[in-house]
Amino acid sequence: MSGPGTPGDVLLEVEGVSLSFGGVTAINDISFDVREHEVRAIIGPNGAGKSSMLNVINGVYHPQQGRIRFAGETFTDMDPHRAAKMGISRTFQNIALFKGMSVLDNMMAGRNLRMTSGIFAQALRLGGAEREEIRHREAVERIIDFLEIQAHRKTPVGRLPYGLQKRVDLGRALAMEPRLLLLDEPMAGMNLEEKQDMCRFILDVNDEFGTTIVLIEHDMGVVMDISDRVVVLDYGRKIGDGVPDQVRSSQAVIDAYLGVTH
Amino acid sequence: MKRHLPVILLCAVLTAGLFTPLVTGASSPGFWVEVLLGGLMAGVLYSLVALGLVLIFKASGVFNFAQGAMVLFAALAVARLSEKMPMWAAVLIAIGIMVLFAVVVERLVLRPLVNQEPIALLMATLGVSYFLDGFGQTLWGGDIYKIEFGISKDPVMILESLFQGGILVNKDDMAAALVAIALVALLALFFQKTATGRALRAVADDHQAAQSIGIPLNRIWVIVWSVAGIVALVAGMVWGGKLGVQFSLAEVALKALPVVILGGFESVPGAIIGGLIIGVGEKMAEVFFGPVLVKTFDLAGGGIENWFAYVLALAFLLVRPEGLFGERRIDRV
Repeated sequence: MSGPGTPGDVLLEVEGVSLSFGGVTAINDISFDVREHEVRAIIGPNGAGKSSMLNVINGVYHPQQGRIRFAGETFTDMDPHRAAKMGISRTFQNIALFKGMSVLDNMMAGRNLRMTSGIFAQALRLGGAEREEIRHREAVERIIDFLEIQAHRKTPVGRLPYGLQKRVDLGRALAMEPRLLLLDEPMAGMNLEEKQDMCRFILDVNDEFGTTIVLIEHDMGVVMDISDRVVVLDYGRKIGDGVPDQVRSSQAVIDAYLGVTH
Repeated sequence: MKRHLPVILLCAVLTAGLFTPLVTGASSPGFWVEVLLGGLMAGVLYSLVALGLVLIFKASGVFNFAQGAMVLFAALAVARLSEKMPMWAAVLIAIGIMVLFAVVVERLVLRPLVNQEPIALLMATLGVSYFLDGFGQTLWGGDIYKIEFGISKDPVMILESLFQGGILVNKDDMAAALVAIALVALLALFFQKTATGRALRAVADDHQAAQSIGIPLNRIWVIVWSVAGIVALVAGMVWGGKLGVQFSLAEVALKALPVVILGGFESVPGAIIGGLIIGVGEKMAEVFFGPVLVKTFDLAGGGIENWFAYVLALAFLLVRPEGLFGERRIDRV
């Protein structure tokens, strides 16, 4: 048995997935796996198909070929609702928070799937519903403490600065208590300090909750430090896969990032 | 501050217009209050229809052209059903019909058209609107029907000690206003205090993100259209109880359009306050400024009630397109 933080059995397996939009191929026959409790990065230059890959796992896009196995279940087409039910949550590259709602409400919405009491019980604050709300609120408060955003609990998310919005986005995904957390460029547009904070949070999530993480990034430096294994994509193809050091020294990867002289 | 100036000016003009008849002594305070109450009463009805529009617009981004037809259809159902059974049973069945209608709309209209251009959805609701108008007549008949609540329509005098001659109010108007207030309070409770309400607000804010945390869009749409249907039912019953259930009810929806422009397409409080402003504004303009126009310009007068709402909405579009409470759109270029 492996404890939190140490990679274990295969949780997610992507097998020969191809995706195209009209005539444009976004992903071409890609296979890789993600083990339980590991931090797995997908990197590649702009337009490599990273976000498309994430959207396939999450069920937003349906691949024309290939299949995906998650927690022992195979599926060819997924939808985001089912993905969420199975324990896959995600954050977005261009933050997609509920801007008019407070930080607290955003995160409570993340627990929507776990709420079981009926509408009327909730509206009338009947005993069971009240207890349930309190229980969920406690879970959310732990995440708020964890992400150090206590001071912004009641602030409408739209008014927070960018870096904090990114944190709330992560918090909402965490509120679902996912088995697999997909992070779409969690560090995009951040300054060095914010990036370091975000790295710390990602590692802590992995350590403390044992959550399996797949993250996308095009900044190689950050990724190499925090990932256990890395997949490299370029023009929709897989050109590298392995531990950071292995990938860093691969000629194909260096060519993709720095360009090749012809 | 600069952004709010035109709105403040506009509101100042409206408020001044509201109190002018009183200040200049053109009317007795009692009569003024009567007109005010009449305006508020009409305003409550506009608010109810506008509320349905706003709910659907928030959750699915669709301007629901069929809201007026839904009001008529629901009112027809209650009127005809109540001929055969007690009122409470008729209302319950009518609620069931509106929920069923929501399910059908979601299955046959929204689901196939998801991610299409907004104009396609607008056209679809236009189609739904005409279908409902016609289907309602097929099902329930095309005459004028009555809805009887057993509340007397006789006006009563109140506040006789305060105003000379007292104020005439209708008991059924009062009941209608109370029902409307209760409905709005119930909706507020539902939206703010329940997890489903939170999910609804989440969907309204961002479809994609809502889906990613496992909120089922389809179910939310059914809930929203059901709620809009029930709001339409209440509006239809109140209006139908006052004027009789007839085809012109469907045209009430057109008055709700300036209301949502005034209040903001995404705002529930906006729909309510916008409805009241327009209800009071048009009554006041008709009763007090119509005669002024007749006297000074020797016009035929009258008819102000018909265009007041639209001109006010136009003024708002010019100075503040997002409405009083709407979200200001800032597009990233």
